[in-house]
Amino acid sequence: MAAFGSFALLIALALAAYNLLAGALALRLIATGHPTRVSPERLADTARRAGIAGFLAITGAAFALIWSVFTNDFSITYILEHSNRALPGAYKFSALWSGQEGSLLLWAWLLATYGFVLRLTHKTDVKLYAYAGTILAGIQVFFLLVLNFAAPPFALLKGAIPDDGNGLNPLLQYPEMVIHPPMLYLGYVGFSVPFAFALGALMMRYPGEKWIKVTRAWTMVTWLFLTAGIFLGMHWAYAVLGWGGYWGWDPVENASFMPWLTGTAFLHSVMMQEKKGMMKSWNVWLIFSTFLLTLLGTLLTRAGLVSSVHAFAQSSIGTWFVVFMGVVLAVCIFTYVLQRSHLKGDHHLESLVSRESSFLFNNLVLLTACFVILWGTLFPILSEYVVGNKVTVGAPFYNRVAVPIGLFLLFLTGVGPLLPWRATSLRSIKRNFVLPIIALWATVIVCLAVGVRPWKDGAFSNGDFYALLAFAVSAAVMTAILSEFLRGAGVISRQTGHNLVAATWLLTRRNTRRYGGYIIHIGVVIVVIGLAGSAFNTSQEKELGLHDKLLIGPYTLECIGFTQDSNLNYNSEYAMLDVSRGGKTQFQMTPEKRVYLASDQPQTMVAIHSVPSWDLYVVYEGTNPDSSQPIIKAFLNPLVGWIWAGLAILIFGTFVALVPSISPATASLRVPVTRPAPTEPVLKGGH
Amino acid sequence: MASPLSSISRIKKLCAPFISRTLRNEWDRNPHTPRSKPVSIWIKSVEALVLAVAVCFSLGATDAGSRFNDLGGKLMCTCGCAQLLGGCDHVGCPSRGQENDELKSDIAAGMSEKEIFSAFTAKYGATVLAAPTTQGFDLVAWIAPFAVFGAALLGTILLIRRWAGLAGAKAQAAALNPAVDDPADRERKEKIRRETGDDNGF
Repeated sequence: MAAFGSFALLIALALAAYNLLAGALALRLIATGHPTRVSPERLADTARRAGIAGFLAITGAAFALIWSVFTNDFSITYILEHSNRALPGAYKFSALWSGQEGSLLLWAWLLATYGFVLRLTHKTDVKLYAYAGTILAGIQVFFLLVLNFAAPPFALLKGAIPDDGNGLNPLLQYPEMVIHPPMLYLGYVGFSVPFAFALGALMMRYPGEKWIKVTRAWTMVTWLFLTAGIFLGMHWAYAVLGWGGYWGWDPVENASFMPWLTGTAFLHSVMMQEKKGMMKSWNVWLIFSTFLLTLLGTLLTRAGLVSSVHAFAQSSIGTWFVVFMGVVLAVCIFTYVLQRSHLKGDHHLESLVSRESSFLFNNLVLLTACFVILWGTLFPILSEYVVGNKVTVGAPFYNRVAVPIGLFLLFLTGVGPLLPWRATSLRSIKRNFVLPIIALWATVIVCLAVGVRPWKDGAFSNGDFYALLAFAVSAAVMTAILSEFLRGAGVISRQTGHNLVAATWLLTRRNTRRYGGYIIHIGVVIVVIGLAGSAFNTSQEKELGLHDKLLIGPYTLECIGFTQDSNLNYNSEYAMLDVSRGGKTQFQMTPEKRVYLASDQPQTMVAIHSVPSWDLYVVYEGTNPDSSQPIIKAFLNPLVGWIWAGLAILIFGTFVALVPSISPATASLRVPVTRPAPTEPVLKGGH
Repeated sequence: MASPLSSISRIKKLCAPFISRTLRNEWDRNPHTPRSKPVSIWIKSVEALVLAVAVCFSLGATDAGSRFNDLGGKLMCTCGCAQLLGGCDHVGCPSRGQENDELKSDIAAGMSEKEIFSAFTAKYGATVLAAPTTQGFDLVAWIAPFAVFGAALLGTILLIRRWAGLAGAKAQAAALNPAVDDPADRERKEKIRRETGDDNGF
């Protein structure tokens, strides 16, 4: 199977190279109009078919690696290092992305899959898709070069083949790890497609804005995958790393967050281009930057430039990525300089306070956030280079710098949709902002009254202050969004006689993009409320003997036993805790510590009881060597469940935004009011 | 916990001179300022609001507090796990226990945050601090994000103002000379956008 996989990768490289060269030549011939013996259109079609065949070849290579994992082929170094016989079947799939070579193969396969879909749907716009397909082939050539020559996944072991493998990293042996990395990679790799469309459209001086429509749909799908991937990663960190949090501003997390920020900025500013013909250069550069940031993220985490708590696969492929990024940047700059006249805006902003300027400020804040994260991630390297002194840039830095920026962004989320296009009058500001401002101040007063105060233990507390701000701004934004829904639904309700719920549904269907966007904003608000809850986390740590108790919040945890267990994959020890509230036993929790046999590495398995108001989060920290009694650490983490609920709303909103709107004319046909009898042609479908 | 009454009296002491001074300054500048009832009610209302908010803010404030958790969130575990000292959880960590003991003893010795950080830095190196300091080159880490944001914000505002000015001038010119803003050209572009784009967005 190793030979088959290696051969498949070589074939895929040859096909991708043909796709790139033949595609580029064909497009050049079409652009110049030189007469040739071979029709450039037919040449372009052979390039497209090579791309489709390349997908099959890479799929073959990925299948070969999976097959090798399942058949425990330890003659392949990668399989030896990332799997073992006792590894459960689902985690054998995880072996595909648990190491560098496998991750790159996954990247190449996903890129080929995206390319496959793109090439199959080429009839949407043959020329634009030919450009995009050729650019994707260029990216694919890079990854296949790395896979064939720098990080081959099918490299064979020298010497005797061991009987069993080293096993999978224990951190990855968790159900979410079977879907989190592919989801994140779908997001990462997916940004290649909008990048290819943007670059292609610029190269061919695409007339009109249709390419934006095509690109936007791809970007939204990609953005959705990246969002889901990031949140799944947060949940994994929360449930597996056992420190009670979900986001540690680790370089790997930062690497995934940066393209998300620029991608989000693009999704907002692209509306300006569609609606007003503005910000064309800006949009092109946003999508270029997003793609470059996906490469930078991979470089940061794979090349070992920065230390990370979960950079599983580091090696020396950094040079390859640096060179490729340089080539991509050079191509982007060259194309932009050559074609910049095509990107001249049709309109300019006319007022500092308008919907257009709110989009611009939204972009500004998103990009500033991206810069802050990039700056914080790279500052240790910069500091070492400049003063020879490596420093740590951790959570305290980001909390102090990025959190205010995030809150400002949340504020803009509420303000933007309330501003009319072109210019705003003082009267409309007064009319639109009264309710949100009332909601903001009411929340401040309620929060202060119930104990959410920026003073804690006699000192000013940043966390509590930000939490108070977050709750207040969230209330204002939520009011603003709901009032937008109500305003629109009220008009429809009056026009059609529908009740308010049906009118809201109709309103959303009539403009899915707009109201899907609002639903996404509601999801973001819910997430922010959940994040703000972290300011009130509490924890208790105690060594628990039999029937000893630990008190945290309203709960009493009583140790009713601690025991051990083992299977072929790991040995485990765990405590059994009865959890009571108000004197009544409510449920049992079993926090656990495992030691994986193949790797001899320990891993905690956290027990979590989640309710809307908080999570009770219990960690088995190990045993006291003197008393042999378990040490239990319990956290009470308020509002964590809101984060995952917010994600669900956000995903729903994205789906709504992706669905095409129904036209008001179609919608009006459903209105149950007396209409004149339809005429003959209408019944027959004619006009 | 401080009693609400003591908080109120403390805040009154703090706020009253400020408000009185504000009024006194206004009367000094303009002796004819009417010391009328409406102004007085207005000032009193503001004073009451400030007082109410300040009381709410101060409730629950105590002088005694644990610095251990706070400082644990500002220091790193040095075993290489890249986690905060206060959040380090991995089983059998060789560094966490020792660092925590040192932190506890430093707090018990009454050392200030700066002194504790200096002691930790001297022993473990600068990477033990979870965030850059505000001295020397480290200061750049803190300044750069705000400087970039400020510059970008200023640039954006200036750009919009310039565009707004251009749009005004263009509209004026178009009114005087219709050829400057070619309606046919504009219509052609709008037609392309209508025919090739999706216009049901925000």
